[in-house]
Amino acid sequence: MASLDATKTAPAPGERPPRAVVGSQISHFEEEMFGRAFDGRVIRRFLTFLRPHRAAMAVAIACVLVFTATQVSIPLLIRSAIDHALLGESQDSALLHVLALGFAAVIAVNYAANFGQEMIVGRIAERVLIALRRGMFEHLQHVSLSFMDRTEVGRLMSRLQGDVNAMQEFLETSVFAIGDFVLLVGIVVVLLILDFDLGLLTLSVVPVLLVVRIVWLPRAREAFLRARETNSIANGALAESIHGVRTVQGMIRERVNYDLYDDLAGNNLRAHLRATKFAQVMVPIVDLLTGSAMAIVVVVGGAMVLDDALDLGVMVAFLFYVQRFFDPIRSLTMQYRVMQRAMASGHRAFEVMDVPLEVDDKPDAVSLETREGSIEFRDVTFGYVPGQPVLKNVSFRVAPGETVALVGPTGSGKTSTISLVHRFYEIWDGQVIVSGHDVRDVTQASLGHMVSMVLQEPFLFTGTVFENIRYSTTQATREDVERAARAVGAHDFIVKLADGYETELDQRGGNLSLGQRQLVSFARAIVADAPILVLDEATANIDSYSEMLIQNALATLLKGRTGMVIAHRLATVRNADRIIVLQDGEIIETGTHTELLARGGLYAHLYSLNYASFDDIPDALIRKAASQAAIAT
Amino acid sequence: MAARYGVPDRLRRGLGPFAATDDDPRGGVEFTVLLRIARLTLRYPWQVLIAVGTTVIAAFFQLMIPQFLGDAVDHAHGFLAGGAEADARAALLTAAGFLLGASALRGLFTMLHNYFGDSVGHCIANRLRMDFYRQLQRLSFSFFDRVHTGELIARGMLDLEGVRMFFNTALVRLVLLATLIGTGSYLLISADLVLGLLSLSFVPFVAWRSSVARLKLRWMWLLLQDRMAMLTQVMEENLGGIRVVRAFAAQPHEMRKFDESSLKALALAYDRVGIRVRNTTVMTFAYFVAMGLVLWVGGLRVIGGEITVGTLAEFLAFMTILQMPVRQLGMMVNAFARASICGGRFFEVLDLEPRVRDRPGAEELVIRNGVLRFEDVDFAFTEDDGAHKALSGISFEARPGQTIGIVGPPGSGKSTIAHLIPRFYDVTGGRITIDGHDIRAVTLASLRRAVGVVQQDSFLFTASIENNVAYGDPWAVDERIARANRDAQLHEYVGRLPMGYQTLVGERGVSLSGGQRQRLSIARSIMLEPAILVFDDSTAAIDAATEQRIRASIKDLAAKRVTIVISHRLSSLMHADEILFIEEGRIVERGRHDELIAAGGRYKDLYDLQILPGEDTGIRFADAGGDKPTEGA
Ligand SMILES: Nc1ncnc2c1ncn2[C@@H]1O[C@H](COP(=O)(O)OP(=O)(O)OP(=O)(O)O)[C@@H](O)[C@H]1O
Ligand SMILES: Nc1ncnc2c1ncn2[C@@H]1O[C@H](COP(=O)(O)OP(=O)(O)OP(=O)(O)O)[C@@H](O)[C@H]1O
Ligand SMILES: [Mg+2]
Ligand SMILES: [Mg+2]
Repeated sequence: MASLDATKTAPAPGERPPRAVVGSQISHFEEEMFGRAFDGRVIRRFLTFLRPHRAAMAVAIACVLVFTATQVSIPLLIRSAIDHALLGESQDSALLHVLALGFAAVIAVNYAANFGQEMIVGRIAERVLIALRRGMFEHLQHVSLSFMDRTEVGRLMSRLQGDVNAMQEFLETSVFAIGDFVLLVGIVVVLLILDFDLGLLTLSVVPVLLVVRIVWLPRAREAFLRARETNSIANGALAESIHGVRTVQGMIRERVNYDLYDDLAGNNLRAHLRATKFAQVMVPIVDLLTGSAMAIVVVVGGAMVLDDALDLGVMVAFLFYVQRFFDPIRSLTMQYRVMQRAMASGHRAFEVMDVPLEVDDKPDAVSLETREGSIEFRDVTFGYVPGQPVLKNVSFRVAPGETVALVGPTGSGKTSTISLVHRFYEIWDGQVIVSGHDVRDVTQASLGHMVSMVLQEPFLFTGTVFENIRYSTTQATREDVERAARAVGAHDFIVKLADGYETELDQRGGNLSLGQRQLVSFARAIVADAPILVLDEATANIDSYSEMLIQNALATLLKGRTGMVIAHRLATVRNADRIIVLQDGEIIETGTHTELLARGGLYAHLYSLNYASFDDIPDALIRKAASQAAIAT
Repeated sequence: MAARYGVPDRLRRGLGPFAATDDDPRGGVEFTVLLRIARLTLRYPWQVLIAVGTTVIAAFFQLMIPQFLGDAVDHAHGFLAGGAEADARAALLTAAGFLLGASALRGLFTMLHNYFGDSVGHCIANRLRMDFYRQLQRLSFSFFDRVHTGELIARGMLDLEGVRMFFNTALVRLVLLATLIGTGSYLLISADLVLGLLSLSFVPFVAWRSSVARLKLRWMWLLLQDRMAMLTQVMEENLGGIRVVRAFAAQPHEMRKFDESSLKALALAYDRVGIRVRNTTVMTFAYFVAMGLVLWVGGLRVIGGEITVGTLAEFLAFMTILQMPVRQLGMMVNAFARASICGGRFFEVLDLEPRVRDRPGAEELVIRNGVLRFEDVDFAFTEDDGAHKALSGISFEARPGQTIGIVGPPGSGKSTIAHLIPRFYDVTGGRITIDGHDIRAVTLASLRRAVGVVQQDSFLFTASIENNVAYGDPWAVDERIARANRDAQLHEYVGRLPMGYQTLVGERGVSLSGGQRQRLSIARSIMLEPAILVFDDSTAAIDAATEQRIRASIKDLAAKRVTIVISHRLSSLMHADEILFIEEGRIVERGRHDELIAAGGRYKDLYDLQILPGEDTGIRFADAGGDKPTEGA
C-alpha cells in the first residue's frame, strides 16, 4: 500500500498531531451550562441539609464548647499549680494534689466531649453527604434529555463522587475547624483577662497576619483552582480512554494518546506543585509570628515579672497560650485549601440540583389510567438546535390496536418522532396526544407505563439476565420473564448461558452479542406490558429468519395493543396496518399497504420494484416519488 | 472483620495476587506494597533527601523551643529568687531572640519539608498515572470485558490519591514523629529520668492502639472502596442508560437501587468514623494523662527542691509540642492503611500481563499480497469451558480484491471472527495467517495497521466530527478526511451543519442518528485504507440506498484489499466471492450467492424472507440487482 504512506506526512518526534485531543472538548461549555440558574448561597443551601440533624448538632456544639473550655483550662490549671502550689511562701503539696485531681477531672471531661463531638459530627457528615448525593442524583432523574445529551456522564459523575467526596474531607475535619475557632476566641478572652496589657501586646501580631493573608489569598485561590481544574481534565481524559479503549487499540492510537495525556498530566503536575508552594508559604510566616509573640511575652512579660507586675505563672500560661493560639491558625491555614475546595465543590453540587427541569409535570397533571393506547401528532415541529427543525409539521394518528410503521432514510427523523411520544423532549409547535391527552398534561410516570419502548441502541445494566428483562416491572414473575424471552426468541440462547437466566451480564451486556442484547431489550419491553409498544429498529441486528419467528410469536402476545415500528427492512414493516413514509422530517406518504399500492405513489414503486428494503431505491426514484406525492396532495 | 462484613466474592477473586483472604484484606502483601511505594520515592533521591533532612531539622528547632521557654522562665524566676536584675533582663532578651530564631527556622524548614514531601508525592503520582494509562491501553479486550470501567477509573483516580499521600502524610510524618519523640526522649530523660519516662508514658499505648487500628482500617478501606465502586456503578449506568430509565418510567426503581447501595456504604462509613474517633480520642486522652502525671509528680519534685520550675515548664512545653502530632497520629495510621490498600489495588492493574501481546522478537508485518487465511480456527471466551466454544473449525481464505460475506443468527460468532483478525482476542485453536505469517508472530501494531474493523457498536469520542474521522491518523491531510467522508456518504450531511466538521458529536455520538453514527465509524476506518477491511454489521442502521452508494464509492478501495462484510441484509452480501453461513460457531453453509440459492438451505430461507414479500410479483431480486455495482470481481 504505497499510496498510503505517500499521503502521510511523517511527524517529527515530540510533535503533536493537529487533529487529536484526549478527553472531552466540551469543558468550556460546562460553566455556561450550569452557571446560569445558580444562586450562589452555598453555605445557606448547605444548612438546609443540616436541618434534619438539628438536635444532634446542638449536642455536638455543646460538646465542642465543653471541649474547648477544657482545652483552655489546662494551662490555667498549670498556672495555678505553679503560682499557688509551687511558688510563693508556702509550697503547698496538698493544693498540688487537689489540682492534680482537678486535672484528672478536666481531662476526663475533655475525653468525653472530644468523643462526643467527633462521633456526632463525623456521623452527621456522612449522612449529609449521602443526602446531598441523593438529592443530586434524584434531580438528575428528572432533568430533560436535552440537558443530558449535552452533558457527559463522566462530568456528572465527577460532581456526584469527586465533589461530594471533597466535601467529605471538609466536613470530617470541620469539627476541628469549629473547635479551633472557638479555641481561638477562648484564648483571646483568657489572655485579656489574665493581663490586659500584655494580652493586647501579644495579640498585636495578629493584624500582620491578616494583611499577609489578604495579599496571599487571591493568588493562592487561583493556584488551587487551577490545580483542581487540571486534575479533572486529566481524569476526564483517563475516563475517556478507558471507555473507548477498544477503538483506541483497534486504531493503534496508543502512542498519540499517551503523548497527549502526558501533556495533560504534566500540566497537572505543574499546577499542583505551584499550589503546594502557595499552601506552604504561609507556614514560616505563621511560625515567625508565633516566635514574635513568644518573644514579646518573654521580654515584656519577663520585665513585668521582674518589676513584680506579673505572676510568673501567668507568664508561663501566656507562653502556653501563645503556642496553642497559633495551632488553630496554623491548622486553619492548612484547612483553607480543604475548605476552599469544599466551597467550590458545594457550588458544583448545588449547580446540579439547580438545573432547571425543562420537561416537568404540571401541577395539575393527570395520571393516564386507561389501557387503551392511541397516539396522535398534530402539526408537530421539533428540533434539537434552534433554527434547525428536524420534524416539520408532522401529523398522524395511530388508533388503539393499530400498528403503524415509520420508514425513511437515515437521519430523516424517525427516532426523533418516537422520542416525542414519550416526551423525552419538548416540542416547538403543535401537539402530541397519547390516549386522548396532550403529553404535557399527564404525569411522566403514567406516560412511562402507557408506552414501552425498544430503543435503537440496546442498553443493558450490570446484573443478571433475569433482572435485566424484568427491570422496573418488579411484580413480573419468572414465568412472565420467560414468556417474553420465548416470544422474542431469546430463551434458547439464555438457557445455554453458563447460569441461564441468572448469568451476570458484563457492563452494558458486553458478554452478549449485539443481536442478543437487542433481544433482551426487546423482551424487557414486552414484560413492561404497556398498551403502546414502540420498536425502533428492534430487529436491525437480527437475521430475517429469527425476525419472522419473533413476529409470529408476538402476533398473539401483542393482540389489542397499539404499536409503532421503525425499520429499514420492508419485510419487517409490510404487515403493519399503516405505513408512514418520512423524509427530511416531513411525511411524504401515508396509508395502509394496499392503499399505498393502489395510489401508485412512492411505496407502490418500492413494492413493485420489490427491493429487499425500502432504501434500495436509487436517489432519483425517491426524488421522483416525492415530487409525485407533492403533486398528489 | 472479614466475618463481620462478609467479604464479597469479587474481592476474594481479585484481579491478581492481591485477593482478600479471611485473615488479611490483601493476602498479606501489605509490606510488599508499602515497600514498593517507598522504592518508587527513591527515584527522586534529592527531593526525598531534602524532605527527610528538613523534617529532622524542623523537628530539632521545634524541640529547642521548650528549652528556651524553660530558660526564660528560670531567668524570671531566678531573679525572684534573688538574682541580679540586669543579668536577668539580658538573659530574657537572649532567650527571646533564640525563641524568635528557632520559631522562624522551624517554620522555614517545615515549609521545605512539606513542599518537598508533597512534590515527591506528586511526582510519583504523575509517573504512576502515566504507567497506569499506558497499561490500560495495553491490556486486552478480555480484561475490559471482565472489569467494569467505573472500577478502573476509581483505581486510576482514588487509589492513586492514596498512593500519592503515602510519602508525605505517612512516611515523612513518621520521621517527624520519630525524631520528635526520639530526641525529645533523650533530652528529657537525660534532664530528669522520672519525669522523662512519665512524659513519654503514653507512647507505648498509642503505638499499640495504632497497630490495632491499622488492620481494622485496612479492611475498612478495602470494603469502602468496593462499596463506593458499586455505588458509582449504579449511578454511572443510570446516567449512561438514561433513555431506558425514562422510557420505562423507572426512576423509582433506580432510586431504590441507589438507596440500597448508598445505605450499605453509609453503614460502613459509620463504622469507619467509629474506629477513627475511638482511636484518636483515646490517644489524646492517654497523652493528657501523661501530662497530668508530669504536672503532679513534677510539682512534688519542685516542692521537694529536686528540680526547678523552669524544668517543669520545659517538660510541659515539650508535651504541648506533641499535642498536634498526637492528633495527627490517627491520620498517619490511616494514611498507612490507605496506602497499603490503594497501592495494592493500583499495582494489581499495573502488574497484569496483557493476554494478547507481542511475542519476543516479533517482526513487523509487511503486506506483500495481503492474503488472509483462517485455518481451522477455534475460539472460546473462557478457558474453563472448552465445551462451549464460540467458534470451531472456521477455515476460509480471502485474496486481495475478494469479498467474504458472513451471515448467521444472533450470537452465532460473526463478530467474534471479526475480532480475531486484529488479535483483539487470540485463537484457542488453529491459526490465522496473513501472507502466510501467523498473526501471532508479528507485532500487534503492524497487524492492526493492516486490519481495519468497523465495529458493530462503534464508540465515538466526545470531540468534533473531524477529530473523530481522523482518529486513526490525526496527521491526515484535509483531503483524505473529506474523501473518507464522501465515500461514507457523510460529507453532504456535514456540509449542511452550521459548524461543519467542527461540530461536536456529543457523548458516544448522541447528537447523531443511528445511521449517521455508523457512517462516521465507517469513514474513520476507510480513511486508513487498511489491507484488510472488516465491516461488522455496520450498515444495519443505514438505509440500503445510502449503503449502496457507500459500496459504489469504495469500489476502488475494495479492489486492492480483502473485504469482509458481516450483514443481515443479503443485498449487501450477494456479490461476495464467498458467503459463510455461521451457526453456533460453525460454518454450516458456504459458497457464492447463486450456489447457496441453488442448494436451497438456510441461506435460501433468509433470501426468500427478504425478497419474496409473500405475494408473487414475478420480479426477482437478482434482476433488480442488475444495475448495481459489483465489487470485488
Ligand atoms: N440528541 C440530538 N441532538 C442534536 N441533534 C440530533 C439529536 N438526535 C438526533 N439529531 C439529529 O436529528 C436528525 C434526525 O435524527 P433521528 O435520530 O431522528 O434520525 P432517524 O430517522 O432515526 O435515523 P436513523 O435511521 O439513522 O436512525 C439527524 O440529523 C440527527 O443528526
Ligand atoms: N465478551 C464476551 N464474553 C463471553 N461471551 C461472549 C462475549 N462476547 C460474545 N460472547 C458470546 O459469544 C457468542 C458469539 O458472539 P458474537 O458477538 O460473535 O455473535 P454475533 O454472531 O456477532 O451475533 P450478532 O449477530 O448478534 O452480532 C455469543 O453466544 C455471545 O453470547
Ligand atoms: Mg434512528
Ligand atoms: Mg455481532
